[in-house]
Amino acid sequence: MTLRQLPANLIIGAILVILVLGVALLSTIWTPYDHAALSISNKFQGPSFAHLLGTDQLGRDVVSQLMVAAGNSMVVAVTAVFIGGTIGTMLGLLASAKGGWVEDLVMRLSDLGFAFPALLFAIMLAAAFGPSLPNVVIAIAFINIPVFARVSRASANQIWTREYVFAARAAGLGKIAISRDHILPNIAAPVIVQATIEFALAILIEAALSYLGLGAQPPSPSWGRMLSEAQTLMYLAPQLAVYPGLAIVTAVLGFGLLGDGLRDISDPRLARER
Amino acid sequence: MGYFLFRRTVGLFLTLFAVSIVVFASMNVLPGDPAITILGIESTEDARAVLREQLGLDEPVLGQYFAWIFNALQGDFGVSYSYGVPVSELIGERIPMTLSLAFSGMALTTTLALFLGISAASYHKKPGDWGVMLLSQLGIAIPAFWLSMLLVLLFAVKLRWLPPGGFPGWDEPLSAMRSLILPTVALALVQSAVLARVTRSSALEVIRLDFVRTARASGFSKSRVLWRHVLPNALIPIVTIVGLQFAALVSGTIVIENVFYLPGLGRLIFQSISNRDLFTVQALVMMFAIIVVLANFLVDIAYVLIDPRLKGRSN
Repeated sequence: MTLRQLPANLIIGAILVILVLGVALLSTIWTPYDHAALSISNKFQGPSFAHLLGTDQLGRDVVSQLMVAAGNSMVVAVTAVFIGGTIGTMLGLLASAKGGWVEDLVMRLSDLGFAFPALLFAIMLAAAFGPSLPNVVIAIAFINIPVFARVSRASANQIWTREYVFAARAAGLGKIAISRDHILPNIAAPVIVQATIEFALAILIEAALSYLGLGAQPPSPSWGRMLSEAQTLMYLAPQLAVYPGLAIVTAVLGFGLLGDGLRDISDPRLARER
Repeated sequence: MGYFLFRRTVGLFLTLFAVSIVVFASMNVLPGDPAITILGIESTEDARAVLREQLGLDEPVLGQYFAWIFNALQGDFGVSYSYGVPVSELIGERIPMTLSLAFSGMALTTTLALFLGISAASYHKKPGDWGVMLLSQLGIAIPAFWLSMLLVLLFAVKLRWLPPGGFPGWDEPLSAMRSLILPTVALALVQSAVLARVTRSSALEVIRLDFVRTARASGFSKSRVLWRHVLPNALIPIVTIVGLQFAALVSGTIVIENVFYLPGLGRLIFQSISNRDLFTVQALVMMFAIIVVLANFLVDIAYVLIDPRLKGRSN
């Protein structure tokens, strides 16, 4: 497949994702200013060469804050989806390999997981342990477990009926070895597609939780918290309520389009039908 | 139908039972002392002991759980630590706000999404279709709370047509409704983006079937075929998503109520968290989980009403 044949959503998504990840990586070694440096005499500055997007109510550089927040957001999304995805995929593989009551149990538990929207679960954790970014990671990871358990079980069940799996069983390979060597590599595509889409959702959830004060705590910047601070200043400095939102949309749109594009490539039948 | 309903109802109660255990466990059994959460780390051990006894925390965990469930089934969720009134009273005062927000949001979502989705399907592969798809892709990526802020910026700060937040109470019905317009729109726009996509792809599946061509050939107008023939046959996936979305809408109200300072359950849950009112939070989380589970249950029932063939399959 040459570059020209790639679906447009994949290319646009990849560009946006590279942009956001690049900014997030860059923020670990360089930002124009210290993101937390206060300078009250410089507050509410408009865009200029010194401060590309101006400064906030405490004179902090908006670009620097947005950059560090991108890093925070990516770390939360990657960690949470990785933890939830790993546990969920292992449970799905287990359910598919064992079948019977094990499969029933895993599936019923994953039904239960769907009864808790991420927001509700995070609220519960915040109420019990106090608000913090690690709790956000736990909450997002937790709600990802049933999602990945379902996706991986459904795909694994199909692979188990393939002839090479029968051959492996006839050769005396155990169920765990088959799951590891034959099933896992063959369900990687749908799992990776799902992970990309879940990244997008994780970024949205982290932003909402931080906006509500349950996520990143000051002075650690987060797009969500920047928006909640900007909300009280809407009459004074409306522009501060715009930039962090644009950053969220860029990141979520990027991962969402990338996920759609990857699905189109891995399952061309679907793409043609659209 | 009877057997089917029975099976689903048993499943519903088992799920609710499991949900109640999860909620109770995460609040009470996980490491962490509710007395410290409520009183703060600086509190004296004596004060904590008194509070624990007062709240029944010195009882065995299992006994606490059953006491909680037993009382909750009778509508008694305990007394709110911070407000000093029964939690059920607090919930009763605030539930109309949350429900009216959720239902008006749902109504607007469905109307918008069906209209956009069906028109996109009928303009398949034309600019109208791409426009709707682009909008819905954007709508999915926009956080509801940011959309709310943008709406406030435009309609409250700039144009001054609508209030930026707050709720005057139902005694002034006109201004009460005015203050619900922006929250409802913010809630519905994001959700309808998702639903419009589902409606479109589901309608596209149906549109190329033979009976649609026959209907068009026998002289029915395009819009009549779309709404009377295509839509009813495309409903199953749409209903699934509507059910899931009602759940999303209800948890969306938690955020939206906090953006617009509306006195509903979502605002109460946050006030209770900052007041360290653990038992109110516990009751509210349970309430929200029940609403989500019930919505999913109703979707299952609705399937069978729409397509009776599914009943046989699930048995």
